Amino acid sequence: MLLLLLVLIPFLSGIISFFFRSESVKGWALFSTLVTLAVAAVATGAVQNTSLAYKLPWIASLGANFHLYGNGMSIMLALLTAIVFPVIFIAQWNKPLPEMGRFTGLMLMAQAGLMGVFLAHDLLLFYFFWELALIPVYFLCSTWGGEKRIPVTFKFFVYTFLGSLMMLAGVIYLYLQTPTRSFDYDMIRQTGAALGAFPQQVLFCAFFIAFAIKMPIFPFHTWQPDTYEQSATPVTIVLSALMVKMGLFATVKWLVPVLPAGVAYWSDTVMILSLIGIIYASLLAMVQSDIKRLIAYSSIAHIGLMSLGIFANTEIATNGLMVQMFNHGINITGMWLIVSMIEQRYNTRNLRELGGMAGSAPSMAIALVIIAFANIALPLTNGFIGEFMLFHGIFQSENPNHILYMVIAGLGVILGAVYTLNMVQKVAYGEAKTVAVIKDISKNELLGLVIIIALIIILGVYPKPLLGLIN
Amino acid sequence: MKPLIASALFGIIMMFAALSVKEKKSFTIMAALFMAGLTAFNIAELIALINGGTPVPLFNGMIRYDSFSVWFNTLMSGVGLLYILLCGRNIERVGQHVGEYYALLFFIFCGVNLLSSFSNLLILFLGIEILSIPQYILAGSDKRNLKSSEASLKYFLMGSFSTGILLMGIALLYGAMGSFDITKFNFMQSGVNPMALAGILFLIVAFGFKVSAAPMHFWTPDVYDGAPTPFTALMATIVKAAVFVAFLRLFMEAFGGINAHWSLVLSIVTALTLFIGNITAVFQQSVKRMLSYSSIAQAGFMLFAVLSINATGMKGIIIYSVAYSVATIGIFAVLMKLKDYTYDGFNGLAKKEPVLAFAATVFLLSLAGIPLTAGFFAKYYVLTAVLEQGTGSLWLVIFALVMAAISVFYYFKVIMAMYFKKGDTELATEITATDKLILGIACAIVIVIGVAPDMLLAWL
Repeated sequence: MLLLLLVLIPFLSGIISFFFRSESVKGWALFSTLVTLAVAAVATGAVQNTSLAYKLPWIASLGANFHLYGNGMSIMLALLTAIVFPVIFIAQWNKPLPEMGRFTGLMLMAQAGLMGVFLAHDLLLFYFFWELALIPVYFLCSTWGGEKRIPVTFKFFVYTFLGSLMMLAGVIYLYLQTPTRSFDYDMIRQTGAALGAFPQQVLFCAFFIAFAIKMPIFPFHTWQPDTYEQSATPVTIVLSALMVKMGLFATVKWLVPVLPAGVAYWSDTVMILSLIGIIYASLLAMVQSDIKRLIAYSSIAHIGLMSLGIFANTEIATNGLMVQMFNHGINITGMWLIVSMIEQRYNTRNLRELGGMAGSAPSMAIALVIIAFANIALPLTNGFIGEFMLFHGIFQSENPNHILYMVIAGLGVILGAVYTLNMVQKVAYGEAKTVAVIKDISKNELLGLVIIIALIIILGVYPKPLLGLIN
Repeated sequence: MKPLIASALFGIIMMFAALSVKEKKSFTIMAALFMAGLTAFNIAELIALINGGTPVPLFNGMIRYDSFSVWFNTLMSGVGLLYILLCGRNIERVGQHVGEYYALLFFIFCGVNLLSSFSNLLILFLGIEILSIPQYILAGSDKRNLKSSEASLKYFLMGSFSTGILLMGIALLYGAMGSFDITKFNFMQSGVNPMALAGILFLIVAFGFKVSAAPMHFWTPDVYDGAPTPFTALMATIVKAAVFVAFLRLFMEAFGGINAHWSLVLSIVTALTLFIGNITAVFQQSVKRMLSYSSIAQAGFMLFAVLSINATGMKGIIIYSVAYSVATIGIFAVLMKLKDYTYDGFNGLAKKEPVLAFAATVFLLSLAGIPLTAGFFAKYYVLTAVLEQGTGSLWLVIFALVMAAISVFYYFKVIMAMYFKKGDTELATEITATDKLILGIACAIVIVIGVAPDMLLAWL
């Protein structure tokens, strides 16, 4: 029941939001997301002892059920989704967009889709939610954002839709192989694992292309920097903090256990692609002058490390991945919030035109520094434990090249420190390039950032609750 | 049997009503009532069939109403009702002879009825002719418009040509098998009579013409573009679905056992249809013309059901017929409300008429096959059906999926124009609350089938 509420509350309140004509819709959205957060918190408490499930018959003739299932891993991502949305609404409180009702409705629909993807335990249902999350985001990105948003978003949509269709072919094939024609997770897993090596290798491609485009890993990433740059900040947060996790989570849940032979065959290829992505994106991030693009590339590098962790295929790496997914979601939300504040106040995102924020807006500068530290995974911030576990896991991997992979990935971390600190230095220090009086953080922005920073520090010092959730 | 008589009778009544009734609006009301009556007759027949058990062959086994055909007829008359309600006002505006247009519509439904239930090649031929001849007239019903007359002539010539080929195919089959009765055909796996094979090939070509499968599709864009828009909506949906059902029925029941001999030809036809339909649609400037290419592309997907020749394929064609018909009629209904049929004509529609734009979006998403709309399950079922036959058609399925991704280009162009482009759409007619209500119902149908496709399959 809890799980159903997690999907249903955002879905229904999203539909209601479309009918709001005034700006009061933001109060409604905040209320709805806080209720969802409360439900997610209860679910997190409940999942400590036992897994949660909710099952309704759906399409009997196909053997598809409306089956939601929550274990520590999926509830953790549901919790992340539930945390990020209210933070967005709080921090953006005094920056209303035109047509707020439609905006809120689409945002909440996207939240429902994301929840569904993380909780679905039936392959057809999973596919439904996978698409359901995409459609609202398409409209969000195309309606609000930069000048080039329409073609850029369309590219993003066609990319992901093509990936989804490839996955659909895989879904149908797997379904037809199940002995009783069922989409149930356990049945799919048994059937997939029992398939011959060659079908598994082909199926792996069908599924992984869809997931890789969503993550995105090199060379499927070309939609990402443009889309992040062009969309409005709340949408960028949804894309980078949450939708990216769809691809990673789907790989862990629907690929690694379902097609073990396919994973074994392709893991080297994927790991090398991930490494290329890490280095390539880090190098590109170093030369960006637009902060949004810089963070977009840095995100590709982070995702590369996480996907490396998945294919290291050790328990500790998978656990590290889960922790890192949660923390990356928190950190990048904070990062985008700061960037949007900078953009609003200085009217530019160009690093060359920024500087001296420590003098003009000291609180913002402090927040930026803390979040940047978390982004490069300094100890005592939440990023550290996940990255540590990921490296540990890659080191333990049975892959013959694991040491080499680890060293290259480590290089990526160093590069990450270089470009992140460089950005901090250019934005916060140096001479102020603008003479206008800059207003420091407002109350609602402060509240949003405090939540993020509190999570960064608490989970950095005491990560046990997160680790407990996974085991 | 009763629905067949009823639709013929309704057609004749409409024709004579044209003598005395002057008010154009009353024709539409009459037609809607008759269509509701026809649906009721079909439902009664369906209930009788469910309670009574086995289907009875009629006319020495020339017609056989089984649950599949009666259910299809029921659905199509339901869609027909929706069509009259959505397009009625535009049909009234085509010309002076509104009564005749509706009379022809009911004659078309006679053809639909025969095509879904034939068990004999002669009835097939009869059905196709009864279906086609009213269409030739309807295509040319806007007499003052040269393009409409051109469409009619072109359609008539091409249609008669393909009828000739159909007849030739039937004759060859009769020569080889000694019967018109499709239940009496029993082919040996080895050594099929070459004359019969030639006949089957002729039939594929003839059906290809009727369903506008490539390379027999070239008449479609001109005819669909030239014909008055409400009749294009009819031709592209109910009529096409009926021909597909006949196609499936014939090839499954009569030639299913020897599909090794014809499935490659049909696979190539399918691939070509998908390719030409989708690629050409991308480059169209007019939405009406885009929709005619899209109807070619959708025909490519429906051909999968014929290729599969199994029970899932039958389910697929039922869902596809309804999903595609409702969405296409809906999008044509929206189109007819606008003055300008190009993409730019849609600019800014979402601001001006949000209900219209939302409905159009749902229909387009369904045509593109996005989950939560009927179009997704339509594609899902036909693709599953063909994969059930084995992985031999896997290449075709992958190809179809790539083509489905391409279809997003032209369907979303309309959505982009409506929502993200600035402009002032000019409306051709005022949009009443009734219009919005009926469009809303059509949207609801699309979404409900997209969530619970079982509803459509319960009677099979």
